[in-house]
Amino acid sequence: MATKKKTPAKKKSSRKSREKEQKRHLLHQMIRIRQMEEKAYELYTQEKIRGFLHLYDGEEAVAVGVIENLQKEDSIVATYREHGHALVRGVSMERIMAEMYGKLEGCSGGRGGSMHLYDKETNFFGGSAIVANGLPMATGVALAYKRQQKEAIACCFFGEGAVDEGEFHESMNLAALWKLPVLFVCENNLYSMGMPFELAESETDLVTKARSYKMKASSVNGMDVLAVLQEARKAVAYARDNQQPYFLECRTYRYRAHSMFDPERYRSKEEVQEWKKKDPITTFAEKLKKEQLLTDEELQHINREVAGEVAQAVQFAEEGTDEPIENLSQFVYSNSKN
Amino acid sequence: MPSLGSQMIEARLIQWLVKPGDTVKRGDIIGEIDTEKGLIDIEVFEDGVVTELVSEEGEVIPVGSVMAVIDGEDEGEKAKAKLASPPEEPEKKEPRKKREKAATPPEQPETASREVPLHRVKASPLARRVAEDLQVDLSKVKGSGAEGTIHKKDVEAFAKQKAADETFEKELDMAEHLSAAGTGGMRQAIAAAMSRSNREIPHYYLETEIDMKVPLDWLNEQNKERAVSDRLLPPMLLIKAVANVLTELPALNGFWTDEAMHVEEGIHIGFAIALRQGGLVIPAILNADLKSLEETRSAFVDMVMRAREGHLRSREISSATITVTSLGERGADKVYGVIYPPQVALVGFGKIAKRPQTVDGAIGIRPTLSVVLAGDHRASDGHTGSRFLEKLNEQLQHPEAL
Amino acid sequence: MNKAAQQHMTYRQAVREAMREAMQKDDRVFLMGEDVGRYGGCFNVSEGMLQEFGEDRVVDTPLSESGFTGCGIGAAAAGMRPIVEIMTVNFSLLAADQIINTAAVLYYMSGGQFNVPVVIRMATGGGKQLAAQHSRSLENWYAHIPGLKILTPATVEDARGMLWPALEDPDPVLIFENSTLYNYEDAYSGNGHTVDISTARVRRAGSDVSILTYGIGLHKSLKAAEQLSKQGIEAEVVDLRVLRPLDNETVFASVRKTHRAVIVDEGWKSGGISAELSARITESLFYDLDCPVERVCGAEVPAPYARHLEQASLPQPQQIIETIQKMGGIHG
Repeated sequence: MATKKKTPAKKKSSRKSREKEQKRHLLHQMIRIRQMEEKAYELYTQEKIRGFLHLYDGEEAVAVGVIENLQKEDSIVATYREHGHALVRGVSMERIMAEMYGKLEGCSGGRGGSMHLYDKETNFFGGSAIVANGLPMATGVALAYKRQQKEAIACCFFGEGAVDEGEFHESMNLAALWKLPVLFVCENNLYSMGMPFELAESETDLVTKARSYKMKASSVNGMDVLAVLQEARKAVAYARDNQQPYFLECRTYRYRAHSMFDPERYRSKEEVQEWKKKDPITTFAEKLKKEQLLTDEELQHINREVAGEVAQAVQFAEEGTDEPIENLSQFVYSNSKN
Repeated sequence: MPSLGSQMIEARLIQWLVKPGDTVKRGDIIGEIDTEKGLIDIEVFEDGVVTELVSEEGEVIPVGSVMAVIDGEDEGEKAKAKLASPPEEPEKKEPRKKREKAATPPEQPETASREVPLHRVKASPLARRVAEDLQVDLSKVKGSGAEGTIHKKDVEAFAKQKAADETFEKELDMAEHLSAAGTGGMRQAIAAAMSRSNREIPHYYLETEIDMKVPLDWLNEQNKERAVSDRLLPPMLLIKAVANVLTELPALNGFWTDEAMHVEEGIHIGFAIALRQGGLVIPAILNADLKSLEETRSAFVDMVMRAREGHLRSREISSATITVTSLGERGADKVYGVIYPPQVALVGFGKIAKRPQTVDGAIGIRPTLSVVLAGDHRASDGHTGSRFLEKLNEQLQHPEAL
Repeated sequence: MNKAAQQHMTYRQAVREAMREAMQKDDRVFLMGEDVGRYGGCFNVSEGMLQEFGEDRVVDTPLSESGFTGCGIGAAAAGMRPIVEIMTVNFSLLAADQIINTAAVLYYMSGGQFNVPVVIRMATGGGKQLAAQHSRSLENWYAHIPGLKILTPATVEDARGMLWPALEDPDPVLIFENSTLYNYEDAYSGNGHTVDISTARVRRAGSDVSILTYGIGLHKSLKAAEQLSKQGIEAEVVDLRVLRPLDNETVFASVRKTHRAVIVDEGWKSGGISAELSARITESLFYDLDCPVERVCGAEVPAPYARHLEQASLPQPQQIIETIQKMGGIHG
């Protein structure tokens, strides 16, 4: 593609076209998450999906902006609100949907469900549904990579509620102490279930908190995918190049209830509406239109295309196989069936 | 009605935020429901026009019911998109069916009237299994454990004893059956009983010599006035004397079963009768202690006759609690008998012969009877045996009291 | 003549030798835990290993049980073979989230994609007047969890031979070392060979009663069995060795033979391994039992400090003897 003989103008235009391509890709990824989550909500009300269902609407820019910077050999450890992370990491929407349906074709074979998506192929170490439980694991994955002298890093997503837990502090300390390449991404959506952030933390400046472990840290507007992309790029590079941890706070908001059955007494509808004005997808689409990188028709095209992907994923899940009950005990242990 | 959690069954519609004719689009909030967790918005997943509000405000609506109808923008298949609308839910209907079923009273179980034993036998599971295998009735087994709990060893011991008893009885039956006909089977029966005795019973032997002058003189005196057929014979005297002694020494009268001595109340003196065709039978004079000498005599005569004709009753053959054997005039001097199991003693009388005896400090020739008591050492010991012989002598020296 | 056959070794040395050998054999193996390096291990088990293997492979951790245990689990899932040492089972409660919510379920929850080949060693048991917070035998608890394997070496041979197969096992393995056994010395002729980590072993054959036990209970039970033998009662002593998955076969074969079972466990009865074994025997061997299953277990109290009280709270050989003497049908 790129040759030495390129003119500066051509270089510029190719950079511009690359930029356009990337931005539209970011938008596309966010819309994929949004539409998948909306469908999941609908399917839940129809009892197609059961268990707990934690949706990511509103927070799409974080997963998309961060994961865009990761290499194939890097690992991701996420939480129970991880559909979006799995999707943009490369787990197919079909396998995610099938997992939520509890089907054998799901990315965890129907044993995990919405909260426990796993995919070894993409080093997606899954969703843990115990708050902060994934942080020690991510630290350990990074420890392994360091011992194995790999270039890889571990990227760990968690909500601000995890910051209240001891495992957060233990992991931050260990990662900093042992100089492990972990990127800690705190998705601060202001509520740990119903508990407002400012009522849970004595120090609400999480960057300060992270720095107390002598860890490099920064905070970014999690509703702005480009801002996240750029900040995460620095963070990933730092962790990889210096073999050091990095703490990145992404300030964001979830539109939906914590899980499904949640009357949301803890916040006002007005507050939700206010945040929706900062929606990462609509604001970014507007921005691209303004920059003439996107037309309304193109946006519609993306939406239609994604709707098709969602429909296909639902169909895939609907047609999925129920695992035979005889296999109930499979995977309790690696070698035996009991 | 949307399902917002697996524990949500129904909810009350608080208010509609739309009315028929309103245009709605995906994501709009069209109403509010009150759930057990509080107020929650109802969201729609379709774009279209509300054509009908099915549910009324204030109504409690089960999950999955149609609440409103929205006409989709597209014509055709999707025109009548419904809100959260799985129409048929077999699972939901099931509880109702179950209730119907439950309404019919269940049939009275057959077992209801069955009698339940008041005292349940305490036995270990293994003991029960073994009892079943060995066909042992646990209610007959004595347990060795705490509170009489029956363990495996108790059942096995019982079964062993039972098997031995049964074999013995079978052999006895056979003996009875064959007594008139032939000797082969009887020989076998005797062999079995004697082998068992030899195998199981630790015998001890005590012997003494009894001066028979007084009793024989007394007999002669009695017989002077009797017809030949009514004469009293020494064995009758001996049987009656033995029976009297046993009332005072019950330890020798009874059976050794289940590893224990079981004293019998009735004193049934079995006596060996040699048959002309060979072999012997041992009928018993039942309750000999309660019979007079005269009654003993007639029973004896009757029994010998019937024995030789093969007409003994089974009770007579199986009831002896002790055995007496007397080889009579032509017999040996002494008899070291073999106890007939499960009895615990056998009294052997040798022939009455003239032997030198010390009487009142001088040696004289007197009719003398040699008595040998064979005792089961599990059931009694030599002390008891000695007393038996001593008392037997006393009885015989006072025949008039018999 | 055979030098190996004459070798004597303490339990502590056996564990250390097992770790040294594993680290020599496999670069992926490393030891991490509180005071395993400079201090030499809280029970002196890893003494000298820091000098031999260096800081990267004998890792002193801060007092962050959940953090470093989770770290070991993550490292295992990412290809390493960590040996995580938790000082005692009591502190493992701080890491229970990682052990139970992650290690035990990752393989299942991920539909067989991510296994966790971690080995977590910890000291267990009471008897040293350490009072309520340092004297528990909670291996029972961990044995409740599907997905974990629970080993309880009671002999020098097992202490030496169980570690390598545990490291080779693709699933999380917890090894419980009774702290009163570290000084226990015995002849060792294993020559570094591994032992299986799936079966129970009959340590003493007998015909009258089966004593089912593990760990320190094995030694108390063997003592009791010798005494009983003098009275004509022959006890068969079964060393469970593995509390999960339990080796039903060996246990059942023994009880089928003796028709009587006593379970000896320093742990509590309620909901413990003794309850589990008793239930399994009753479920499967009811008609083989000649008397009820008996249990000689730790008294259901927090461990007291005073020596006489603590001793009274733990199963003792005399208690085992008396329990067996009273068992129905035992004589004959």
